[in-house]
Amino acid sequence: MQQQARFINVGERTNVTGSARFKKLILNGDYEAALDVARQQVENGAQIIDINMDEAMLDSKAAMVRYLSLLASEPDISRVPIMVDSSKWEVIEAALKCIQGKAVVNSISLKEGEAPFLHQAQLLRRYGAAVVVMAFDEQGQADTKTRKVEICQRAYKILTEQIGFPPQDIIFDPNIFAVATGIEEHNNYAVDFIEATREIKRLCPHAKISGGVSNVSFSFRGNDAVREAIHSVFLYHAIAAGMDMGIVNAGQLTVYDDIPPLLKERVEDVILNRRDDATERLLEIAAQFKGDGSVAEKIDDAWRSLPVNKRLEHALVKGITDFIDIDTEEARQQAEKPLHVIEGPLMDGMNVVGDLFGEGKMFLPQVVKSARVMKKAVAYLQPYIELEKEGGRAQGKVLLATVKGDVHDIGKNIVGVVLQCNNFEVIDLGVMVPCAELLRVAKERDVDVIGLSGLITPSLDEMVHVAKEMTRLGFTQPLLIGGATTSKAHTAVKIEPNYANGVVYVPNASRSVSVVQSLITPDSKAGYLARVKGEYEVAREQHARSRPGEKLLSLNEAKANKFKLDLTKVAPAPKQPGVHLWQDVDLNILREYIDWTPFFLTWQLSGKYPAILNHAEVGMEARKLFKDANAMLDSMINDGHVKGKAVFGLFPANSDGDDIVVYTDETRQVEQARLYNLRQQLQLRNNAPNCSLADFIAPRSSGVKDYIGGFAVSTGFGADEFAAKFAAEHDDYNSIMVKALADRLAEALAEYLHLKVRREYWGYAADEALTNEQLIRELYQGIRPAPGYPACPEHTEKGTLWQLLDVDAQTGITLTESYAMWPGAAVSGWYFGHPDSKYFAVSKIGEDQLTDYASKKGWSRAEAESWLAPNIR
Amino acid sequence: MTARLTPEHFRQLLAERIFILDGAMGTMIQQHQLEEADYRGNEFADWPCDVKGNNDLLVLSQPQLIANIHRQYLLAGADIVETNSFNATTIAMADYQMEGLSARINFEAAAVARKVCDEVTALEPHKPRFVAGVLGPTNRTASISPDVNDPGFRNVSFDELVNAYTESTHALIAGGADIIMLETIFDTLNAKAAAFAVLQVFDEVGFKLPVMISGTITDASGRTLSGQTTEAFYHSLAHIEPVCFGLNCALGPDLLRPYVETLSGVSEAYVSVHPNAGLPNEFGEYDLGAEEMAAEIADWAAQGFLNIVGGCCGTTPEHIKAIADAVKAAPPRQPKAASHSFHLAGLEAFSVEW
Repeated sequence: MQQQARFINVGERTNVTGSARFKKLILNGDYEAALDVARQQVENGAQIIDINMDEAMLDSKAAMVRYLSLLASEPDISRVPIMVDSSKWEVIEAALKCIQGKAVVNSISLKEGEAPFLHQAQLLRRYGAAVVVMAFDEQGQADTKTRKVEICQRAYKILTEQIGFPPQDIIFDPNIFAVATGIEEHNNYAVDFIEATREIKRLCPHAKISGGVSNVSFSFRGNDAVREAIHSVFLYHAIAAGMDMGIVNAGQLTVYDDIPPLLKERVEDVILNRRDDATERLLEIAAQFKGDGSVAEKIDDAWRSLPVNKRLEHALVKGITDFIDIDTEEARQQAEKPLHVIEGPLMDGMNVVGDLFGEGKMFLPQVVKSARVMKKAVAYLQPYIELEKEGGRAQGKVLLATVKGDVHDIGKNIVGVVLQCNNFEVIDLGVMVPCAELLRVAKERDVDVIGLSGLITPSLDEMVHVAKEMTRLGFTQPLLIGGATTSKAHTAVKIEPNYANGVVYVPNASRSVSVVQSLITPDSKAGYLARVKGEYEVAREQHARSRPGEKLLSLNEAKANKFKLDLTKVAPAPKQPGVHLWQDVDLNILREYIDWTPFFLTWQLSGKYPAILNHAEVGMEARKLFKDANAMLDSMINDGHVKGKAVFGLFPANSDGDDIVVYTDETRQVEQARLYNLRQQLQLRNNAPNCSLADFIAPRSSGVKDYIGGFAVSTGFGADEFAAKFAAEHDDYNSIMVKALADRLAEALAEYLHLKVRREYWGYAADEALTNEQLIRELYQGIRPAPGYPACPEHTEKGTLWQLLDVDAQTGITLTESYAMWPGAAVSGWYFGHPDSKYFAVSKIGEDQLTDYASKKGWSRAEAESWLAPNIR
Repeated sequence: MTARLTPEHFRQLLAERIFILDGAMGTMIQQHQLEEADYRGNEFADWPCDVKGNNDLLVLSQPQLIANIHRQYLLAGADIVETNSFNATTIAMADYQMEGLSARINFEAAAVARKVCDEVTALEPHKPRFVAGVLGPTNRTASISPDVNDPGFRNVSFDELVNAYTESTHALIAGGADIIMLETIFDTLNAKAAAFAVLQVFDEVGFKLPVMISGTITDASGRTLSGQTTEAFYHSLAHIEPVCFGLNCALGPDLLRPYVETLSGVSEAYVSVHPNAGLPNEFGEYDLGAEEMAAEIADWAAQGFLNIVGGCCGTTPEHIKAIADAVKAAPPRQPKAASHSFHLAGLEAFSVEW
């Protein structure tokens, strides 16, 4: 549409006076479907959308406000400006109060004289809107060229000279009227408009010309093919004369050059008023061109008629698997070798995906869906490629593994998918991979980059170990570090000094591509590594001089400044003491306890649930993901793919110094277990107490009877198997989804169980009534700190919990050598009931506490240093 | 202060050199570790709800403390100080049941800044100091629903915002503000309501003060909270013909840079920036040092992006001094020449150049 390059399409379908369908939707209150009308207009190329609610049966103002408020939450629609279309000033004003962008008002005029016109224009200036001025004055609507020009020029002078309205924000609508009506006076209407346009543009610098285009073809209602041809011809000539914008059905503009010659000629006769019998001659042939107006539906699968390469690209970008086998087959037949399909169209498509992702125009869930399409296409081609020994021409080979002792792999799997999308070969060794095996495979497969992942703190040490081993064994490949507990600081301070050939911390999956790319390209590798090295130097220096005001108290000083427990508020004895087991938890109950915010974070959509569902940038993707997640939950729960189990117990307990003693029974004579706790040693602001978890339990010496609880839950039973099924079908999207949801269910189960414990089993808060939001914000009485987390950062204490509750035998949740829980979707911890108990971070401890703790645990110094590494820095 | 600062006069001043805005107020207040009783002072000792954290109330209960912070910034080199009235609209004050005090707080916030400015101007008469009367964003959003189940719902209307901002603007002007500043704009519709109110107040008082507009890009997506790009934000508010358009808060200078560059490229007004001292660390503290921050900003000045620069969250007089020193020699940005291009905006800008 070359001739329309200087033309702005204003979508017309969201208009109750122009679209019967839209009117019906609004009258029926079906705003959801009414929003889809707007969305289609934007998808079909509308650059502005015209919204009109002027209908006698309707409270126009209320409908306008409602529609605009809803539209504001639809970023794929509200990205374009709005044209507020009403003949009622109060509707216009109400609309402008709902629009954050710069809108156009359609319209005001001199119909009621200059005073109201000026008043309205002044207010529009204050609301910050551009304005359509209709060629209408005290005498009526202008129909001839002379009247059109005269009125517009008068309005222009008033606006620019009297109130300084910016001329570029004035848009004239010189009235498009129907032609070919059979009434002779109407025959020149199109010509009048076109000629007036030319003149107004000359006389009113910077002003624009607009009009409602479909009016012109009104007499051909029911014959969309002819109407479209009339619109196209009219616009062709009006744009040439200077028309800047028009209200059109954006999905239905035919290209001027595509109009059949016979039809074009006769339409042209009508529009340009070239002969007296023009109308009759157009009517003669109109029936031949009668169309059914189903253009809008054709648009949806229009991509199916594109060439096969473009179809593959479309399927990859949109994540559509429906036609992938047929399209891949067609591409294979056209290609010289099956491998060329991968290297050609499929890789081209994935490059588009990679670029869009890089530019922030696609989001992670979409990319993972694209990967699913890619994998299915490759799987289809695999048998054909089998014999060809060329091998993949991947850009480079990346080895990924979750380190020994750790079972967490969601983030690592996402990195794998994203790298594959960018044409890297990924060898994924899975979870709990011992260093020796990892390095053996790296050597055998001659990989270019090694990536380590881990979530629990002991994994940090294991990564240091891998770095040392790589040095010892003479490796040369760069080492990438990622995962929730890893950080640039830790990488710089602890890992990088142990390996000279490049250690890079990768903060998230999207960054992995550029990092690996830089490391694999020979030209950039050295420079990149040198830069990273420099950054880590700086990070180390910063770390070394960080927190200059930080002062470590001696352990004795810290103990003297312990948290003082209010013994009058100790929680009462549990109503149901002892150990309890929930063998098969009804997971449906847990759904309302899910904290969704971290789930979205897993998919790199950051924002707080539920606000994220309406987020301007990622809202749409978040809603899709949320829908998929709920469908998957239905399947996981109702089809019994995953099971949840919980074991928990409530025991008599007292503190003894910094230890917590758990007794076998209420006589408090026999120790069943002893929990070792760490105490904060950093001097805190305002001399706040130096806490240890032991401070929240009444001391033995006080004679007060106190209690402690412990729990372990998992909803991961069956999850790995269910996820593996999807992975086997090349469906990483659903495979990652299953694991991410199992994690969320485990957290929800822990939340739900804690609630039941507070209200029933322990019963100290029988009347508690909190919303899920309040639960997420931890507004309840008591805490449930987990070994390995800041208040009790030492992981081996989980062993004590496991013995106390006999977790292995009761539930099958086991501990790895690094004390990670298996299945991975698991949560465990202690229950403290005192209302003043709170979460805190032990943070840095001193040499004295390290020695003290080692002797309590019966550890060598080396063992102590290893388990307490994060706290001794 | 003698003659009132007009938009034209302010434009002339900005054409001569880069002006320095002050730094964070909240960060400076925090250092005093005030308790509930300090916030209350004598007058509000019996106020029915907690007021700790109501920083704007301090202009009534601890005016000396606020005056001292202003003074520190002015002595560090700031030309303009922002009044301590960020949350002083009736809407935001409702959190503390203090709607009724909104006008008084705005007035006193301007008056205390006025007094300190005049005092410092008297020391260096060649360098007059100005009071920017701050209209904050309020704690509600006119174009975003707080209820997920009903995206069409709003908990504040345009008219309510106009009323609140009208009251604040009158009080700021009466208290002695030289400039009206709409800052930390995260929802452009709120700002449009504020702009509507400000223009109305100018009509009522019969004169115009210079207006500064400053929006907030909330994260690396490069959008405001309500979803607009920098350009769309600019075109949505250009109608009030502010002397200065800018960005502040949310990001540190490194992450803010691309949007400053964008704004500098489109703005026919002067450009202001007051970034945070980096992103908050895991303790919620800002740790970008004065020298590091000044180094980045010196480069902005060298690139010709800047007319006014200062600091937002986490910045201190030390930062402002370093920034003032760093841009001292740089020439001010030349605003883009006025054109007749046509611009509209949804969440994205729509511009045609013919």
